[in-house]
Amino acid sequence: MSKSIKDMGWDELVPGAALFSFNQAVESVLAQTNPEDRAYAETNSKNLYVGDWRVMKPVWNTELCIDCQNCWIYCPDSAVISRNKEIQGIDYDHCKGCGICVEVCPTNPKSLMMFNETEKNELALTKWPLKKEKGEK
Amino acid sequence: MNSKEMELNKVEVWDGNTCNAQAFRQAAVDVVAAYPITPSTNTVETYASFHANGYVDGEIIMVESEHAAMSGCVGAGAAGGRVATATSSQGCALMVEVLYQCSGMRIPVVLCLVNRALAAPLNVNGDHSDMYLTRDAGWIQLDSFNAQEAYDLTLCAFKIGEHKDVRLPVISNQDGFLTSHTAQTVRPLSDKVAYDFVGDYLQVNAMLDFTNPVTHGVQTEHDWHFEHKAKQHAALMSSLFVVEEVFEEFEKISGRKYNLVESYKVEDADVVIVCLGTTYETAMIAVDAIREETGIKAGVLAPRLFRPFPLTQLASKLQNVKAIACMDRSAPGGTVGTLYNEVAGALFNTQARPILKNLVYGLGGRDIIVNELKEIFVSLNEEAKNGKLNGKIQTLHGVRGPELSFYEH
Ligand code: SF4
Ligand code: SF4
Repeated sequence: MSKSIKDMGWDELVPGAALFSFNQAVESVLAQTNPEDRAYAETNSKNLYVGDWRVMKPVWNTELCIDCQNCWIYCPDSAVISRNKEIQGIDYDHCKGCGICVEVCPTNPKSLMMFNETEKNELALTKWPLKKEKGEK
Repeated sequence: MNSKEMELNKVEVWDGNTCNAQAFRQAAVDVVAAYPITPSTNTVETYASFHANGYVDGEIIMVESEHAAMSGCVGAGAAGGRVATATSSQGCALMVEVLYQCSGMRIPVVLCLVNRALAAPLNVNGDHSDMYLTRDAGWIQLDSFNAQEAYDLTLCAFKIGEHKDVRLPVISNQDGFLTSHTAQTVRPLSDKVAYDFVGDYLQVNAMLDFTNPVTHGVQTEHDWHFEHKAKQHAALMSSLFVVEEVFEEFEKISGRKYNLVESYKVEDADVVIVCLGTTYETAMIAVDAIREETGIKAGVLAPRLFRPFPLTQLASKLQNVKAIACMDRSAPGGTVGTLYNEVAGALFNTQARPILKNLVYGLGGRDIIVNELKEIFVSLNEEAKNGKLNGKIQTLHGVRGPELSFYEH
């Protein structure tokens, strides 16, 4: 796709409600290439901002995280960023705020918690709960 | 081509379902999804016997519903295969959701639709309700009037749908039982000639191309949906020319000529019946009989394509006709029949302003016989002479009880 899709007429689209995911043929092994190094096409959902779908957001607490990768595995939108098995934070451009990452986080207290979308992350981090004792809900 | 060839006689005795199955086999289809429903069951059943006997190299996938059958076809087609299936009636209704997916994704699946009434009341016999149901699904629709044509058109369907300018799925229609279960003489092509005609298929943007990954059936909302639909419609409208091209090529190998609009003695006709399916052949007999007995200049016309509808080709054949009965074999559902609407739409912007009436007939497999068609010609002729319609525009022809007519002119 040399032209931006925004400038295309109906007769220039790829037929078949199909979109190319990459600008060029994929020669590398995708799993070994970080997203920032992939030649995503303009129309790839990687380039779409969907953060405004969110009402609550997950906040990540680096102090407590044990890098177990659970949140990274379970996030349905690949919105948890992990490099070399170390969590880097949340990609707020693509996180829809479903809370699954928080649900699957095994630490005590959780290293990810949901906060109001309008809450500042720094402030959220000061409101973290304490470790729960055995049997405590 | 399949690795094992089947020896065929010059003339075979096949019913319409066998014709479908043979066409699938000769096109060397990669994947056939099979879910049985009367009267199309024998299409996949016969194909399965070819598969069991080693005549087929492709796969048969057993699915749990027609929705799954068409979904399997879309998946296999998107992956890059040549795919086909068959269905009827309720099965077709269950497929509808995926029919739209298929045409929108521009996957050239071939669906043999053996036309049958839609319940309720439950009825396994033929009418055109399922064909009409798929009217706006974005598929090319061919209509055969007998078994030979079912074989020919199903073969053509692959070539038309897979053409690079078309890339759309195709429905090959035939009348339930009247065509699908009536054994008739059929002149098949040899496996080689048939396969060479259909040709190899290479899907563009196949999903299993790992170096050029593609997303099929993407979400577009208001910003691109309209343009995608425009592109699809443009391909559908101009597929008429490809259909003509394929018909010409088919004539070269088979000697059998197909047209976008089939007609019999329409050139000098005053009164014409427009219909679909097997009624065309019955009407040909009625035309000959009525011309001989009364001198009424009768003719019959049937679009070979239900979609895209051959509007101009049909209109040009009807310019000198005085009265037309558009015959719809589907419950009208609160308006005039579809065929009536199409014909009216085709004629409205031309010089011709014939008397146009709508006969709804043959629902749920009720017979239409030569004598009835002759009577229709006689009454059409009265109307043509008087220059006005006798009675209302729409009549339910052949229903028990007092005449049931609607829509005052
Ligand atoms: S809230 Fe949902 S979308 Fe956002 S990072 Fe967590 S799992 Fe992913
Ligand atoms: S699930 Fe919790 S502990 Fe595990 S990596 Fe994610 S944030 Fe860290």
